[in-house]
Amino acid sequence: MISPRRFAAVFVARSKEFLRDRGALAWNLAFPLIAVFGMAFIFSGDHQEVFKIGVVGEAAALPAGLHATKYVTFVDFPDEEAGQQRLRRHQIDLLVAPGKPLHYWINETSPKGYLVEKVLLGTDAAVPAPIRGVVTGRPIRYVDWLVSGLLAMNMMFSALFGVGYSIVRYRKNGVLKRLKATPLSAFEFLAAQVASRLCLILAVFAIVYHGADFFLHFQRLGSMLDLYIIFTIGATCLISLGLLIAARANSEELAGGLLNLLSWPMMFLSGVWFSLEGAPKPIRLFANAFPLTHVIDAARAVMTEGATLGQVADHLYFLIGMTVSCLLVGAWSFRWE
Amino acid sequence: MPAPQAQDWYNRRMATVLEAKNLVKRYPGASVNAVDGLSLAVPEGICFGLLGPNGAGKTTSIEIMEGISTPTSGEVLYRGRPIGPDFKERSGIQFQATALQDHLSVREVLQLFGSLYPRSVPIADLAKLCDLGEFLDRDAKKLSGGQRQRVLLAVALVNDPDVIFLDEPTTGLDPQARRNFWDLVRLIRGKGKSILLTTHYMEEAHELCDEVAIVDRGRVIAQGEPDRLLKEHFDGVTIEIPKEDFRATAASLPGKVVERDGAVEIMTHEVEKTVAALLAAGSPLGRLKIRPRSLEDLFLELTGRGMRE
Repeated sequence: MISPRRFAAVFVARSKEFLRDRGALAWNLAFPLIAVFGMAFIFSGDHQEVFKIGVVGEAAALPAGLHATKYVTFVDFPDEEAGQQRLRRHQIDLLVAPGKPLHYWINETSPKGYLVEKVLLGTDAAVPAPIRGVVTGRPIRYVDWLVSGLLAMNMMFSALFGVGYSIVRYRKNGVLKRLKATPLSAFEFLAAQVASRLCLILAVFAIVYHGADFFLHFQRLGSMLDLYIIFTIGATCLISLGLLIAARANSEELAGGLLNLLSWPMMFLSGVWFSLEGAPKPIRLFANAFPLTHVIDAARAVMTEGATLGQVADHLYFLIGMTVSCLLVGAWSFRWE
Repeated sequence: MPAPQAQDWYNRRMATVLEAKNLVKRYPGASVNAVDGLSLAVPEGICFGLLGPNGAGKTTSIEIMEGISTPTSGEVLYRGRPIGPDFKERSGIQFQATALQDHLSVREVLQLFGSLYPRSVPIADLAKLCDLGEFLDRDAKKLSGGQRQRVLLAVALVNDPDVIFLDEPTTGLDPQARRNFWDLVRLIRGKGKSILLTTHYMEEAHELCDEVAIVDRGRVIAQGEPDRLLKEHFDGVTIEIPKEDFRATAASLPGKVVERDGAVEIMTHEVEKTVAALLAAGSPLGRLKIRPRSLEDLFLELTGRGMRE
């Protein structure tokens, strides 16, 4: 049975240790902040060089004059709803449904939409008078899309290295052996490590997310609480994975190698930087084995699509299942020395 | 009939607090046993020394007795019963090499360890006993060797244990720090605690231990009070003369002659005859030393090897 007194003692000691390690603390906060602001700055310019008009059906059905307009790209949508969804997030500038009369929608908060509407009304599409529709919605910028991935990636490094590496170091320098000589159980020790790191990761998440949000005003369509729940489940899963690596490794080099072997593919293939939607199927299958992929997919769905927890349940089940497996195997195979 | 006070001391003295019975430890893949049938009994309230050269199996033996390591065979009894999980609450351990958690002050380290036991000694008492006052709020990483060992001893005492294990506690300390640590060990023994200490310093064993077990190749080769052991094995002295001053032949001297650390040692109980033989052979005696036999000599006598070979 877990002793709350012993658990609390180790929790407090571990947390103090981390908070006093100024270098590690600064890096844990600075890295994601630099990354988020850096990306926001790099992608702040509007790189869309052409106007985009969405077409319900096929662009070929549009009035010839409109279709021939230079510097406009036409994007086909199977139905009105799919097109409007994109229009709300400023991913297209205007949506047109061919017909007599022609039907079009603009997003009134989009300056480009305003211009494209003027263009449309200057072509043969203006006769007979088209029917105007309006949608509203703020744009989804790259940084809105990216922030979930960056925060999840930072969480991954903090969870894997913060727990895995420090336990191996403690094993090597005899701290674990000294603790083993006390009534502290392996489970109490591990639970305190998980809890301490989880609190820290969530605190860093809160500071970085809300701090960056104050300046960048993230477009978040889903609930903040859901985002916290996803990050809590994801962090627990990644910490458990770190514990599993640390359960037996007795050299920092081996642990470091294993942790890098896990974290690098996750960093590039879990969809932190770019979407895997168009990637070859084997890569997507491979990426689906990573917990980080599921954290990012779930968080991004809440962030940019307004998904609810129910809609991302599959990702959460995967993470919970992996957490339980890692904790069981990790606690079972744990060695103090 | 002894006086009641003496009787009480005698009874306590005779009670065995910790006993190792025929301990064997063989590590996987090893060709010899690290501990090879080691048995010993530690009487209550004394400082018991486990003595031997590096690699003799002292640390492995003490770790089995601490309950940290499991023996391949044999058993350890605490007050007559096999040690179990609750032994951790009754024992205090100072390992040979232990790091403390980073970024914690000495006070916080003691708080942490105190919280891990059902009952603990107040930090102020530990600080006073182990003389930690001046660095109680210092980062535990920023301590000198001697200060560190005192903190580690305080950690070993945090649960007010009956039995204290000290594994090579003064290795690497300067002579002054070593003497300070010895005073501390005497103080703790004075409080009625039983101490099991390993060391490869014969002088330390002689200074601190009421009883010693000399360990070689995983076995106890001699056990008893240091002075009594020396008396049992020797009735003479050691005459030491630098090798370059030694001109005699071993056969001409009345005693056992060995060469050690650049000196020739003659173990004899006929001092006058030995000195006369050395003089007769033309050896200068300006640097000759006569000293009583030590535990180091005893080890040599028993194993044919020096402690540092």
